[in-house]
Amino acid sequence: MNVVMFYLLSAIILIFSLLSITTRKILRAAVYLLFVLVATSGFYFLLNYEFMAAVQLTLYAGGIVVLIIFSILLTSHISHKFKHPALLNLLMGAGVAVIGAGVALYIIFNEKFTANGQPELPVDMTAIGTQLLSTEKNGYVLPFELISVLLLAAIIAAIVIAKKGKQEEKES
Amino acid sequence: MIQGIPIYHFLVVSTLMFFIGVCGFIIRRNLITMLMAVELILNSVNINFVVFNRYLYPDQLQGHFFSLFIVGIAAAEAAVAIALIINIYRRINNIEVENVNEMKF
Repeated sequence: MNVVMFYLLSAIILIFSLLSITTRKILRAAVYLLFVLVATSGFYFLLNYEFMAAVQLTLYAGGIVVLIIFSILLTSHISHKFKHPALLNLLMGAGVAVIGAGVALYIIFNEKFTANGQPELPVDMTAIGTQLLSTEKNGYVLPFELISVLLLAAIIAAIVIAKKGKQEEKES
Repeated sequence: MIQGIPIYHFLVVSTLMFFIGVCGFIIRRNLITMLMAVELILNSVNINFVVFNRYLYPDQLQGHFFSLFIVGIAAAEAAVAIALIINIYRRINNIEVENVNEMKF
């Protein structure tokens, strides 16, 4: 069952990520990206990381894709079709991707991955919350604080950049 | 870990997804689609972190937390990038990368 689900999800991920970078309609690209992200959260469910899967669904599939779709609707015509990419670009992109994937896969398959053999830690909300806010060993309070500052800075920056200046408001 | 699925299969999927994202970043000429390619790249790295955590170090949660933080950073990055894109669109009515050369000198 799990094995069948895994191969189904990987097929969805690969096919839709290819479609999302090759389709010529921008809104379709966003929807294909949504499928990829949902299938990725399926991976996390398979690996028993339920919290991570929920975060993936709400933040990525819910938040970022909605943000991208809104900005598409604000900035482009839905019926607009992209031109085909220039041949040189296409060759360069495909070449870089093939060479890079070849090197990475070669390295991966030559590597012996050995588990450390410890018993599995059950990943429930208690363990996640305790480790996220602990200053002891295996505590992640420093990156947690850092990311809160980063998010605040990003919110302020997004507002400052996207708001209209005074002159533009008078003109429009 | 999951019975019957070796770690290599997960890594193959995430590697291919990463390089599909790189390819999309190179061949696309529209800022929003390039942003989507970056999301693909970040997502594949997330899969790698989580899979290494589950298969190799199942008694710790390091990969789990790092992919959580990456998701947060991706959200912040998307918000700022889209604010920039909307600003560019207001100025030059277009978001193709060829036309965004105002800051060149």
